[in-house]
Amino acid sequence: MICSGRYEGSRGALRLSLPFVPGTMFESLQQTLGEALKRLRGRGRLTEANIRDAMQDVRRALLDADVHHQVVETFLTRVTEKSVGQTVLRSIDPGEQILKCVYDELVALMGPVDTALPAARKDRPAIVMLCGLQGQGKTTTAGKLALTAKQAGRKPMLVAADLQRPAAMEQLRLLGEQIDVPVYLELGQIDASGNRIGGPGAVEICKTALARARDRGCDLIILDTAGRLHVAEMPMEELRQIDRVVGPDHVYLVCDALTGQDAVNSAQAFNEALELNGVILTKMDGDARGGAALSIKEVTRVPIKFLGMGEKLDRLEEFRPEGMAQRILGQGDILSLIDKVSRVQSEISDEEREKQQKKLEEGSFNLNDFRKQLDMLKKMGPAKDLINSMPGMSQLMPAGQDPEQSIRRIQGIIDSMTRRERADPDEIDYDRRLRIARGSGTRAEEVKQLLTQFEMMRNVMRAMAKMSMLERIKMMSGMSKMGAFMPGAKIVSKGDTGHRKSPRERAEDRKKKKR
Amino acid sequence: MLGALWRKLKAGLARTRDLFAGIAGLFTGKGRVDENFIKELERRLLAADLGAGPTAELVDQVKRDFRDREAGEDLKSMVREKLRQMLGDDDRSLRIAASGPTVILVAGVNGSGKTTTIAKLASLFHRNGKKVVVAACDTFRAAAVEQLGIWADRIGCDIVRAQHGTDPASVAHDACEKAKARGADIVIVDTAGRLHTQTHLMKELEKIQRVLGKQIPGAPHEALMVLDATNGQNAIAQAEQFGKVIGGTGIVLTKLDGTAKGGAIFSIKARTGLPVKYVGVGETIEDLEPFDADAFVAALFD
Repeated sequence: MICSGRYEGSRGALRLSLPFVPGTMFESLQQTLGEALKRLRGRGRLTEANIRDAMQDVRRALLDADVHHQVVETFLTRVTEKSVGQTVLRSIDPGEQILKCVYDELVALMGPVDTALPAARKDRPAIVMLCGLQGQGKTTTAGKLALTAKQAGRKPMLVAADLQRPAAMEQLRLLGEQIDVPVYLELGQIDASGNRIGGPGAVEICKTALARARDRGCDLIILDTAGRLHVAEMPMEELRQIDRVVGPDHVYLVCDALTGQDAVNSAQAFNEALELNGVILTKMDGDARGGAALSIKEVTRVPIKFLGMGEKLDRLEEFRPEGMAQRILGQGDILSLIDKVSRVQSEISDEEREKQQKKLEEGSFNLNDFRKQLDMLKKMGPAKDLINSMPGMSQLMPAGQDPEQSIRRIQGIIDSMTRRERADPDEIDYDRRLRIARGSGTRAEEVKQLLTQFEMMRNVMRAMAKMSMLERIKMMSGMSKMGAFMPGAKIVSKGDTGHRKSPRERAEDRKKKKR
Repeated sequence: MLGALWRKLKAGLARTRDLFAGIAGLFTGKGRVDENFIKELERRLLAADLGAGPTAELVDQVKRDFRDREAGEDLKSMVREKLRQMLGDDDRSLRIAASGPTVILVAGVNGSGKTTTIAKLASLFHRNGKKVVVAACDTFRAAAVEQLGIWADRIGCDIVRAQHGTDPASVAHDACEKAKARGADIVIVDTAGRLHTQTHLMKELEKIQRVLGKQIPGAPHEALMVLDATNGQNAIAQAEQFGKVIGGTGIVLTKLDGTAKGGAIFSIKARTGLPVKYVGVGETIEDLEPFDADAFVAALFD
């Protein structure tokens, strides 16, 4: 019956509408998507043509989130490819469905995550080198990483290899003090105006630090290197030299979430010079949507490892692609939405429908299956639209009563039956009916009515299963017309004996009832 | 006036020519305004962090007025004119108090370049023979006071500082006292970097501003937000919030070069009216230039 892939007719499907916060600069993507896709609801399948407008909205959202424009284009092509051909589900807005595709793709692109810090080698501590432009948060991140490592039972040491920024070394020393982690630094000579003169260079410092760390029994050293304002001015040669001489196990790029289109340029340059192993995205405690995460991942293929979530040193979190995807899309409550869409998608999957169809044809369709059908119905769309498309269903619905409520009532009745009763409704006699009625808060007549209706439905469906599509449609329209002529009329059923009862049989029935 | 900014921007561009060409290359006068042209124009505007909204607006206008016409000088001057208009014609000079010290409050998100900008401003005034006091109100970040101290030493200006963790408003208070006592011309107040979403820290900023006003009438005369030119669309939210809280008078755009074009200032101007007053174009202490809207738009083009 019923859900053979045609979900026509729409009218106000259930929508999860998220609150739009006035004054925020980004409109809820879901809301705009909803607008673009309104026409689409109940239109069968997503096609390239009918999702074009929606993709424009997604594009806008990604650009607003500072995803690099070229990354946006390739991303949209991929999402379009994946969405096209999907069946439009009725209980979810097509916008939500597309959003789910976008979200899934974002998660896939930004994952998987491996936040393990490198293990110490036999002969030396593990080495992590941080690099990045000025003001991204390298020094603070170095402190955070050290604390994270320490809390995981490691023995870290911080190395001040930023000889450029005034007081950078002092900053690292203070951070080390706060978390009780040793800091290696060589202040060198300071002249009258605070400039560092003489003293060993950054490469030398890193080398000595490694030896010191080994002596002290540290198993991890974290190198805080110098930044520059622009990537073109970065002392890449110095960084490459440290890389060559000290041989870090991991090199992490520190980049802040506020960064715009320029993120790819610097990420690319650092990756070419140093071969990055990971990215740490900082300043994530603000309201920047952090599209840079996607851009950098896409361009360098290097995983994002951690997020800096505040200035305090314990504010380093492991990266979660799900959270990031949510953030890029600017959706507070996307997870529940995603859950809903995937649940519905799997439950009314083609497979499940085929199973039901087969049961119908075999005539083994029972109340268990019926109950499942009702569930599906509820998920597929508002009941009142669907009832007319189910043979016999409209007769089950009393006039003037909310169909959703009626379905709940029917489900209640079925739920009050034992498993055996559901599997074989013919077993249900008067006593059982009474029990079921009590259990579901209905009257015994209602239970009886449901059972007769179900029996009728089953016969109709069994017949329909053998019909061609055309015959089915004819029959369905006939059924609903019948319903229209008898609004709310109860079908007086005589049970399915297949013949008129003789006066004697009726008398026996009466006797049975009295007993 | 195409000074150091212009040269720097050109230099930056030369390095990254293959990554990003400017917009001007499009208007050769040979091609027509077709789908490809529109796409390319859009791509370049987006690459400059102009943002999806303003880009769409501009591209739509080009589509409307120039479709299938020649992509030549007409179109070029239209786009240039339009961009230039978006930046407005504000008075970009710093407001100086008629009498008594002029107070300049500087705020911005972490790592945007506040301390360096303050050093550059202090140096600029110092070189012009003004007596400058800097107030180290970033009492939060480790070694921030030391960092400003080193700059103050290099420049040779006064600094008012306090213990790590001191209420920054009290440092601001002391700096005003000192400035009045010593007859200083300029007080520049450094503040801790904060994200505009941190309500308690924004309240702290309000307090600093209040204290300044009580100490010196009309202070702060300038409330500048420091904006990192590599920032994307979040810059708009920053400008809105900081502008509101400190009663912003302008923006200092830092870290500007050939690839980071700071296109967010177009939206910022439209939304908040805040003009860019200065640009930071390099790491040396002289690398601060008054903002030149014509040069800025020209740099987008070349």
